[in-house]
Amino acid sequence: MKSFSLLSRGTGVAFLAPAGLLIGAFVIAPFFWVIFVSFTNRSLLGRAAVDPDFVGLENYFSLFDAATFFTRGEFGSSLILTIQFVLLSAVVGQAALGMLLAWMLQSVPKSLKHVTETVAIGAWILPEVVIAFAWFAFLDYENGTLNMIIEALGLPPGDWLLSFPFWAIVVFNTWRGTAFSMMLFNSAFSSIPPSYFQAADVAGASSWQKFRDIGLPLIRGHVVTDLILITMWSFNVFTPFLLTSGGPSYRTEILPIYTYRVAFRDFDFGKGAAVGVVVMLINLVFALFYLWVMRRRAKGVAA
Amino acid sequence: MTRYLGLYFARIGFSVATALIGVFFALPLVWFIFAPFNPRAELGLSIPDPFSLTNFEAVFQNGFAMRGLWNSLVQSVGGVILVGAGATLASYALSRSPIPGKSLITYILLLFSSVVSGSAAMVPIFLIINGIGLIDTQIAVILVFAGGLLPTAMFILRDFIDSIPKSYEESAMVAGASPVQAFFDVALPVIRPGIVVVVVWAFVSIWGSFLIPFILLRSSEKMPASVAIYSFYSEAGTPIVTLLAAYSLLYSLPVVILYLFVSWKFGFRFFGGIKA
Repeated sequence: MKSFSLLSRGTGVAFLAPAGLLIGAFVIAPFFWVIFVSFTNRSLLGRAAVDPDFVGLENYFSLFDAATFFTRGEFGSSLILTIQFVLLSAVVGQAALGMLLAWMLQSVPKSLKHVTETVAIGAWILPEVVIAFAWFAFLDYENGTLNMIIEALGLPPGDWLLSFPFWAIVVFNTWRGTAFSMMLFNSAFSSIPPSYFQAADVAGASSWQKFRDIGLPLIRGHVVTDLILITMWSFNVFTPFLLTSGGPSYRTEILPIYTYRVAFRDFDFGKGAAVGVVVMLINLVFALFYLWVMRRRAKGVAA
Repeated sequence: MTRYLGLYFARIGFSVATALIGVFFALPLVWFIFAPFNPRAELGLSIPDPFSLTNFEAVFQNGFAMRGLWNSLVQSVGGVILVGAGATLASYALSRSPIPGKSLITYILLLFSSVVSGSAAMVPIFLIINGIGLIDTQIAVILVFAGGLLPTAMFILRDFIDSIPKSYEESAMVAGASPVQAFFDVALPVIRPGIVVVVVWAFVSIWGSFLIPFILLRSSEKMPASVAIYSFYSEAGTPIVTLLAAYSLLYSLPVVILYLFVSWKFGFRFFGGIKA
């Protein structure tokens, strides 16, 4: 029997065309364009804006120049800062706190569960500009809510964005993104048959034992998914810019903010593009790993 | 006996810990609940006395502020139309037509869209928009977002369409409908819930975004609310808190309303799976 399809090939191509054009122009073309620009000395102003020269690997040499690599405000220092930021705020902060919350929410009163979920989700869905402004007020030295509480407890107030800027954006990003991990783990836990836990209860297992021996092993796949996704998002997040602009003295300048400064403040598009290429390569590693995990899982289910 | 006591204490411990974490999430937002209604609001937390709507009056009378909200609406709706229409047509074609390598196309597009993030590609996006002469236009923002959001939208919708039996359209075609009629009259109504989800997700993504309009727009009369909000600073560089707070609340409202709509209609887990 001849296989029957609903759309002819021609109609199919016509249906694909609008999306294809847009993705081609604003996703695929930038991917190759950024590689091309990274080999030039293109800038925003002056002669190199109209007629840039081909400079080979010069931009990459300047990024990986051993003499300045670790200098604050240079690429290497920003890369290390970003890795610390991602590990602390995404892997430790969002994933661990999300896991803890998802586990505890199973056994707390319904009303408490609803309120906690609502505020966590609020932190996650509100526009980034609004969140950044709320945090700006929250951390304000003179009148901020945080210092108000700290002083009420009899402790000395702190100028958090000046004294501990890096920790401020780590806590900020944890706060902002935990809801995703919480919801993912929450639905993962609720997909475990309750009889498993009931059997453990009968055997007298503690909550920690149930988590370690039943909960965690059964949602391992979800944990991998969660870690890859939140790592990629935190690695590309621009939101801390709205809180600290990368300062003071580059101490919160994670790679997205560094790229912005090099390209749009220093007008060095060639170098900014080179940073973009490095970021995309790192993204590519994570994305390929993710697709590999997904495909393996899909096959495992089919087998 | 001791075991039940242990369980009891564990439950209390969990409740206390959960409540503390809940407070951690709530605290930075408390200020934001009161300040919009306080005509003397500062960065410090204080209960408005009396509650008043004068801050909102000031926002409504500020042409620039209202223009920002309007621009956000134009850019979000424009992007949503392109994403919704483009993704529906494309994912339908990927699901129902004999194009070779269909699942490979989906995966490659998804791969590209996760690798080419706004922060990695801000330079080429700026240069491409500049090259085609669209810098400082709202259409530029719309096109860039449409391109960036389409792969994920197509992925979600294709999943949705694949789960619908082909027999719906097949019976329509047996009854004499053309493939295009079968799409518009039979398939489209069935996949509408999927389109709603994609459209809401795209709207919220564009509405809340900062970086893309920030680098693509120059003139203040084209700025969306996310960028326009940064002009509410006095000449001394200090924020005009009353205006900012009320404006932030107005600007957040559509996101909150859409969130409530989606969680009422589909349950919030669905929304959770598709953000970002």
